[in-house]
Amino acid sequence: MAKPKNAIPAWSLELHQLLKQQQVRQVSFVPDAGHASLIRLCEADSDLRAVRLTTEEEGVALAVGAWLGGDKSVLLMQSSGVGNCINMLSMLSVCQVPLPMLVTMRGDWAEFNPWQVPMGRASQAVLEEMGVLVTRADREEDIVPLAEGALRMAYNTLRPAAVLIGQRLLGAKTFED
Amino acid sequence: MAAKSKDPEKMDRREVVATLLADRGDLLVVAGLGAPAWDATHAGDHALNFPLWGGMGGAAAIGLGLALAQPKRPVLVLTGDGEMLMGLGSLATIGVQRPRNLSIVVLDNEHYGETGMQASHTRFGVDLAAAAKACGFAFTSMPATLAQVKKLRVDVHKAGGPLFAQIKILPDKLPLVLPPRDGAQLKNRFREALLGKDAHFQR
Repeated sequence: MAKPKNAIPAWSLELHQLLKQQQVRQVSFVPDAGHASLIRLCEADSDLRAVRLTTEEEGVALAVGAWLGGDKSVLLMQSSGVGNCINMLSMLSVCQVPLPMLVTMRGDWAEFNPWQVPMGRASQAVLEEMGVLVTRADREEDIVPLAEGALRMAYNTLRPAAVLIGQRLLGAKTFED
Repeated sequence: MAAKSKDPEKMDRREVVATLLADRGDLLVVAGLGAPAWDATHAGDHALNFPLWGGMGGAAAIGLGLALAQPKRPVLVLTGDGEMLMGLGSLATIGVQRPRNLSIVVLDNEHYGETGMQASHTRFGVDLAAAAKACGFAFTSMPATLAQVKKLRVDVHKAGGPLFAQIKILPDKLPLVLPPRDGAQLKNRFREALLGKDAHFQR
């Protein structure tokens, strides 16, 4: 009963619609397997500017510039990218800039790569220490409601808000496929 | 205190910045942390300046987000060599997006001026303009005279970029001219000046 390999998950389609409903204009990302479908949907959408980054902290800085200019932005990344953002996140607190972040987890359920574990385990604490509101989705049906909550809370209360998307619902990478 | 250094090849940073910001019209300015923020403030504090007190390595990416949000306004990022070196990857990111209205000007004194004038990579020949060119910037230059800086100012307003300029400046320690330091206030006054009162109601 395996789904076709390149089928778009329903939650990716719903997240794309959510970004449009919330009038997000800039979506930045470092390419990631968990976000692959959402990234493709954003790239194909002329209402959104998809910005590929070399490192996640550029997405934090991009969000500051976007908001200065009146654009909402969202940052998509993997948990390993959280560590790359730490110092840049200071700007969001100091300047009260909204930024929703959708973070696909590595280093938790069934992780096969030991080098992914330390940053994965630290991601939530690091984000919270830097002033980011964090919620976590471990069931597929929770992703979109939590993302909607994070977007609304970020833009209405002018702060960063992250949703961590658990590896168990994404499916752990095995390198055996 | 060291006197002003004499090097005929290098320019005075405050004169360069005052020239770039003259008759600024609808120009939007991001100034990287440290001396470029002081230089921009020396030329005149302005609601459409966003001077950075942190976020080292982020100035060019902030400029990108702003340029994409405001495609009809010229956006100028003024920053230093050390700040640009910390965000070199953002040149590649800008090279892919290619916003015509974005200009990055690096005031290159080849030193980390705020921490004791330690040499930066550009002191040893790292060529930032060549890196920007390799990343796909439409136009790169190394202005070395005031006349060339005046032409650069015109190019910034023409918005035929993305444009990158690296300007060798004297490694002088000049009197601090500090901008306001409350980030939320800097952001709010920038947004109000650019977007009007409606900015405060965006949600």
